[in-house]
Amino acid sequence: MGLRMIVTVKQVPDTHNVTGEAMKEDGTVNRAALPTIFNPEDLNALEEALKIKERTGGHVTCISMGPPNAVEVLKECLYRGADDAVLISDRRFAGADTLATSYALKCAIEQAGEYDLILCGRQAIDGDTAQVGPQIAEKLDINQLTCISAVTEIDEESITAKRSVEDGYEIVKSGFPVLLTVTASANEPRSANAKKVMTYKNIGKEICNSSYDESYMAAETCAVISHVKEWNVEAISADPVQCGLSGSPTKVKKIQSVVLTGCESRQIANSETEITNLMNELVSENIIG
Amino acid sequence: MSNKKNVMVFIESRAGKIAEVSLELLGAARDLAGKLGVQVEAVAIGHDLKNELTVLGHYGCQRVYYINDERLAFFSSVPYAKTVVNTIKAHNPGIVLFGATTMGRDVAPRVASALKCGLTADCTDLKIGEHQIKDKTYKNTLLQIRPAFGGNIIATIVSPESVPSMATVREGVMKMITPNPDAAVEIINEACTIADNDFLTEVLEVINEEKAVNLKAAQIIVSAGMGASDPEAIELARTLAAALCGELGCSRPVVDSGILDKDHQVGQTGITVRPNLYIACGISGQIQHRAGMSEAKRIIAINKDPNAPIFAIAHYGIVGDVKDVLTKMINAYKKA
Ligand SMILES: Cc1cc2nc3c(=O)[nH]c(=O)nc-3n(C[C@H](O)[C@H](O)[C@H](O)COP(=O)(O)OP(=O)(O)OC[C@H]3O[C@@H](n4cnc5c(N)ncnc54)[C@H](O)[C@@H]3O)c2cc1C
Ligand SMILES: Nc1ncnc2c1ncn2[C@@H]1O[C@H](COP(=O)(O)O)[C@@H](O)[C@H]1O
Repeated sequence: MGLRMIVTVKQVPDTHNVTGEAMKEDGTVNRAALPTIFNPEDLNALEEALKIKERTGGHVTCISMGPPNAVEVLKECLYRGADDAVLISDRRFAGADTLATSYALKCAIEQAGEYDLILCGRQAIDGDTAQVGPQIAEKLDINQLTCISAVTEIDEESITAKRSVEDGYEIVKSGFPVLLTVTASANEPRSANAKKVMTYKNIGKEICNSSYDESYMAAETCAVISHVKEWNVEAISADPVQCGLSGSPTKVKKIQSVVLTGCESRQIANSETEITNLMNELVSENIIG
Repeated sequence: MSNKKNVMVFIESRAGKIAEVSLELLGAARDLAGKLGVQVEAVAIGHDLKNELTVLGHYGCQRVYYINDERLAFFSSVPYAKTVVNTIKAHNPGIVLFGATTMGRDVAPRVASALKCGLTADCTDLKIGEHQIKDKTYKNTLLQIRPAFGGNIIATIVSPESVPSMATVREGVMKMITPNPDAAVEIINEACTIADNDFLTEVLEVINEEKAVNLKAAQIIVSAGMGASDPEAIELARTLAAALCGELGCSRPVVDSGILDKDHQVGQTGITVRPNLYIACGISGQIQHRAGMSEAKRIIAINKDPNAPIFAIAHYGIVGDVKDVLTKMINAYKKA
């Protein structure tokens, strides 16, 4: 039978290539202007799930909330060995903070059925908040083990894992259901399987609510097999008020590009005399002993 | 007791010892409470902490709600989060602050989710101000300031419509106040009402690993960037650090390329430092690096590129090759 696992994965802007223009006037992110990648630690969460599946058997469902092209990260999940993929997409989810995001993901997880283990990345590199995982766990009223850097033991009854903390680590154990947040040091994510890429490359999405306007993704839907389910607010029985901007208590008040605040600066020539003077000065000011 | 909405700090303790970040947060809370004309409170969860708690008074805390239970001796998500939620519901603080530690980042989101209130992670500054939504003005709102998008922008976040406003703050970001040994804290014992079946995590082992370096405590840091990453340059940086009784730091790519251990990394995703002297060797000075060191009292930058951004925040700029400059510094110091 094995464990029923859910992995949450997010498509994120590649924060290495961000400029001030990446933000819109209203303070939300202009995702369209940015290259996107698979959130790195979500790959570690997926890898851990696939390893557990290899060890104990089981089923891996990947869920992502995002715009239509977030289907790309879900395809990546299928290429690596996930069994199912679900995209939560609806304009009413837009502008969600972590509270609204975790609410939508919680509804989707409940919609997906029974589960034993939920794996999230520790944090997403767009916000670095590390909040969504624990908030999903709270909303499902289940236990959580955060910052997991290794799964040491697992069977159908319980999981034992290594949790990295500031001054070392803890070995913690929990029964199911439980939610894990996984760090980059947990494993080395496998690459896509060439055969699976061929199988899934051209798949489309199976849309569960026809009332939702899907015309803008027509190109994707010329499907061979439908393996990525797409759910909207109704499909996951979510309360629209708790989704998106209206479900988000945090508001962005102001965005500033980072400017260098200059300080009084002295140029020291790269010469023995000037460097010796500088060192002597620092000694006499008791900055160095 | 005042019925004003106070500022509350989550006191973190591990093995019976109060975390430094909690004391730092009390200082920040004192500033915020001063502006709001309210008090600084704290919630402390654990077992046998009573003797430790007096120190909270020295750092500006007026009252601490103390939940003492043997079952709370080790950290466990569900009981800790539920206890904080109960304390918040009972005492209605306007602001709650957590350290952005593994414990704070585990508990705070659960608490925010349970109370359906806003939570801003990893704030680098906290202020009081006002915010307008439609035609309603919210006065005395917590302005939560943090870098976003890999530090490329600075965002000010507010959550005035939900109470309390909650934030996590990283260790080292807020300055600890000078302790006043005469200031007392009122300790209020509260019962732990968590049921046994909420204790869902079993802590089998706690292993302490000594850090190879302690950057946070260092008064002098010599830091190597990609411009000082070959073995010879690293060795020179290490020699200078040793001569000055300082520590060796570095930028992230130096860690990513496996040259130095993560414990050496300064910056947004590394350690925030505030030494007396920071010597940046071959570091370009990207925002993510500066986020961790710009508060150093003195900064010396060594870079061969006169336009490197690091020079904008350096007190002393030396344009030149790192190895050459470091050698001169080591020689000069030996003579000095
Ligand atoms: C989400 C995120 C988080 C990040 N967190 C951190 C963090 O915590 N800490 C951090 O440091 N970075 C962090 N970064 C990376 C950061 O953006 C920079 O890439 C990094 O700080 C650059 O490191 P560097 O200055 O050593 O290297 P480079 O940018 O490559 O600069 C090398 C410098 O050395 C100079 N140089 C080269 N050769 C010599 C020589 N012989 N003599 C003198 N000078 C020389 C060059 O002129 C150049 O200025 C983060 C990035 C992201 C996206
Ligand atoms: N929109 C999303 N869709 C799917 N998973 C998400 C989403 N947002 C966050 N997560 C998950 O929650 C983790 C923490 O995200 P964050 O709180 O944004 O740092 C991520 O690593 C993901 O596993």
